[in-house]
This record gives sequence, C-alpha cells and structure tokens, in this order.
Amino acid sequence: MNTRLIKDKILSKLMLVFTLASVSLLVIIGIGLYYKSIPIIHRLSWGELITSSIWKPLKGLFGFFPFIMGTLWVTAIAIIIALPLCLLTALYIVEYAPTKIKRVLTPFVNLLSGIPPVIFGVWGVLFIIPLIQIYIAPHFVEFSTGYSVLAGGIVLAVMIFPLIVSIISEVLRTIPQELKDASLSLGATKWETIKKVILRKALPGIIAATVLAISRAFGETIAVLMVCGNNAAVPHSVFDPGYPLPALIANNYGEMLSIPLYDSALMFAALLLFIIILLFNIISRVILSRLERRLSA
Amino acid sequence: MKKRKFEELFFRVLMVLATIIVAGSFFLIVGTIFFKGVPYMNLDMVTKTPGGGFYIGKEGGILNAIIGSFYVAGGATILGLVISIPVAIYINLYMDGKRFLSNTIRMAFDVLFGIPSIVYGAFGFLIMVYFGLRASLLGGIIAVTLLVIPILVRTLDEVIRTVPFELRDAALSLGATRWETAKVVLRQIRPGIFTAILLSFGRAIGDVASVLFTAGFSDNVPTSLHEPAATLPLAIFFQLGSPVEEVQGRGYASALILTIIVLIITVLSDILIKRFSKHKI
Repeated sequence: MNTRLIKDKILSKLMLVFTLASVSLLVIIGIGLYYKSIPIIHRLSWGELITSSIWKPLKGLFGFFPFIMGTLWVTAIAIIIALPLCLLTALYIVEYAPTKIKRVLTPFVNLLSGIPPVIFGVWGVLFIIPLIQIYIAPHFVEFSTGYSVLAGGIVLAVMIFPLIVSIISEVLRTIPQELKDASLSLGATKWETIKKVILRKALPGIIAATVLAISRAFGETIAVLMVCGNNAAVPHSVFDPGYPLPALIANNYGEMLSIPLYDSALMFAALLLFIIILLFNIISRVILSRLERRLSA
Repeated sequence: MKKRKFEELFFRVLMVLATIIVAGSFFLIVGTIFFKGVPYMNLDMVTKTPGGGFYIGKEGGILNAIIGSFYVAGGATILGLVISIPVAIYINLYMDGKRFLSNTIRMAFDVLFGIPSIVYGAFGFLIMVYFGLRASLLGGIIAVTLLVIPILVRTLDEVIRTVPFELRDAALSLGATRWETAKVVLRQIRPGIFTAILLSFGRAIGDVASVLFTAGFSDNVPTSLHEPAATLPLAIFFQLGSPVEEVQGRGYASALILTIIVLIITVLSDILIKRFSKHKI
C-alpha cells in the first residue's frame, strides 16, 4: 500500500474519533450531571424534589417547584407574546412583502439574533422594568417594582423573535405554489388562502418552531435573571417576581460548595433543564426534518 | 363581499404592524443602549484596566474585560475549529451511502446547539473540578469551546454542502484519495470557514452563563492560561449590580462597547455570506 492511502486511512480514523467524541458530548453531559445529582436524588426522591415548594438549603430542604413554576410562567408569557407577532411577521415577509422590503428586513432579524443575552438583560433593566413599574403595573396592582415574570417574559419574547420568524418563514416557503394558486383561482382572497390553506398545511412546522422556541426560552439565564426579581416563591400574577431554574444555578454557584448537598441540588437543576431541553429539541427537530424530507421526496 | 375585503385589509395591517414591532425591537434595544451608554463613554474605558477604587466610582476602565473576552472567545473559536473541521469533513466526504447515520449526527449537533449555555457552564465546572482546575482563562476557554462546537460544525456542514458534487467526483475520478479531495473542498470553502469563525466568535464573546463558573474574574489582563480572566458580559453584569451611579453608568458604557463589537462581527459575517453565495457555482 502506498503512503497516500495510508495517510488517508489514518486521517479518516482520526476524523471518526473527533466526530464520535463531539457527538457523545450529548451523552457525557447528561451522565456527568446525573452523577453529580445522585446524592440529592437519593436523599429526596425525584417526585419530592419536583413537587415540594420549600427551599431552605441550610436545613437541607430543596424543593424545586417554585423554580419550575417560575420557568413555566416566564416561558409561557414569552411564547404568548412572541408567537402571534412572529407568525404575522413571517406571513408578511413570505407572502406579501415586495422583494425590496424583504431585502431590508432580513438583515435586521439577523442583527437581532446576534445581540448577546446580557445586552437584552441591560435593555430589560433600562427600558422594560421602568415601563412596567410606571406605566403598566399601576393599572392592575397597587405596587410593583417592575422586576417580575412579565418583564422576564417580554425580554425573552424579543430574544426568541429571530428564531421563530426564521423557522416559520422556512416552513412557509416549503408550501407548494400550486396549492396557493389553486385556492386563489377559486376566488379566495389572499387572506382566505392563508387562513384555510397555508396555515393548515404549515401547522406541524409552526408547532415545531414553537417547541424549539420554548426550549430556547427555558435556558436563557442572564437576561431573565436580570429582570425577574429572583424570589423563591411560586408567582401568582404576571407582576409577581419569579425565579427560573437557570437563574437559580447562576446566582448560587458561589456559595454552593460551602453548604452540604447544595452543589448536588444545583447540578440537579442543570440536569432538569438538560432533560427538558433535550426532549423538546428532539421532538421539534424530528418534526422539522420529516417536513423537509416530505418536501424533497 | 365587503366583509371579506375588510378581513383581508385588517389582517394585512396587523401583519405590517407585527413586522414593524419585530424589526423595530432591534432599534429599540440598540437605541436604548446607545442613549444610556454614550454619556459614560470615554477613552479611559477602552484603554485602562480598573484602578484602585474603580468599583466605587474612581478612575479606570474595562480593558481587562475587553482583552479577556477576546482571549476566551478567540481561544474557544480556534480550539473549536480544530475539532469541527474534521467533523464536518467526515460527515460530508467519508459518510457516503450512510445517509441515515450522517443525518442522525447532524441532528445530534442541532440538539447540542439548543443546550443552554448555563448547562455548558455547569458541565464545564464539573470538568474543572474533576481535573482540579481553578476558575481560569483555560477553564473559560474549555466551556466556551463546548458551546461553539455545534455552531461551527453546523455552519461548516452547510458550507461544504454548497460545493458541487461534480468537483468531488472529478477529484476522486482522477485518482485522488478522499483526504486529497477534502483538501480541494477546503480550498473552495475558505470564505465559508471565515464566516463560521465570525459566527462562533460573536456568540462566544457575548455569552455570560458559560464563563460565569469557569473563567473567574480579575482586574488584571491575564498573562497565563491558569490565571482568572475577566470577560465583557460579566463586567457588565457586575457593574450593573453596583449601587454606585457612576459604576452603573460604566456598565451601560460597557454594554455599548460589547454591542458595537458584536454588531461589527454580525455585519461582517452577513457581507461574507452574501459574497460567498454569489460565487456559488
């Protein structure tokens, strides 16, 4: 065998190793986090950890319910704000906007996706918090500092705009032109075509985009941490402060080594986050890749 | 008939409004940061490290954090490239006829891309504890490298897929080995590699959560991999938490500096992507 072939063989094995190593990161992260959470899972079972609301690390009580609820509130608010706006935007960009406007719009969505999370956080503190404190909250509750799940939800909504718009646009572009033409030629207006044909056809893609956006929103740490108030209690209204899981991890890593089981509890929080996001991502990726395959077939 | 026309108009207006809100939020954010940050901007911010009493409002700047950020993001991008280029080549050039397997690997990287940076931070922390490392530049680079690998792999993969099949077939049919073919392909995608570098660097420089546990924080510019390093996002975060007004203001100015750096990177990569797609055969 000549040296060229040997070189190719060796390099190919080397590349295979790199590929396997980086793919297995997914499993290794899961195992690593689980391994570190074993002490706390043994002390208090999964069920207890997830459903208890008492968070007193010094007494060895770790109830994650407030943090799970905090995460859910913030994420739900973000999706409720972002989804309709992004769906309408994607429809406008794909179905209505003239090429010229499209060419101007796309870079801005791109630029928005490039802005770092911490900047969204700063913006939240400077703009959203006063907005809620002075203009919105007084109409509904007696007093609010502005640091609330609503603030977290709004900031997150803006953060996930680019993701949802780009995925839904992709999905809308995959709908065959013939389908639209048929509907239009039957005398339907453009909006009727969108409502009865396009949206129906694009529904799986829209759901997948939403699930993906939820998983993105789950994991945003800093932006949410800066505006959410971080109070370990279950929020009861949008003006209450909340304490999402990622914020919990980030806020307490400094003291976690000095209190027994605390580090294990925080790693359990990371594990929870990891599992939820893993599931959500896999579900939506499978839907999206199926759609793509159906189109290319 | 009238009702249908009205409905059409109504939703059209709604769509334009939604688009204005979505695209306009970019201006709202950048505008707010500029408006609040400019009054506190001065040359000291970018040319000096924090002096004594910086955190109670005395003189100094955030040069340590700017340089630290470039070290962390640069180191992670380089390390990430060393790992990602072989992976992207392997998926595309060595896995012919294994569509299912290569698509599964692609999806795994997509999922890795979706893992939040705080989880990478926590995992990076675990690795450091395991190897007995302290919070340091090296720790930060390791955590951020894990974060950027999926970005690099997926971007490079997309780029390699734009190289026409005929090119590979021609190289292979001339008797070249796969590795020699890979070298031909790599030459073709040089601008694409540059785009991937910019994307990963931009993401790395703005990420807080992964360096929170791993890079530490220091007022000095790190001189070795084992020293803790300050990063811009963390500097912003800490300064904003200060009760001193002057320090908070510097936080706004730091946010402005980070925004400008990231915007320049995004615009550059946008231009590159456009140029790259223009030269596509």
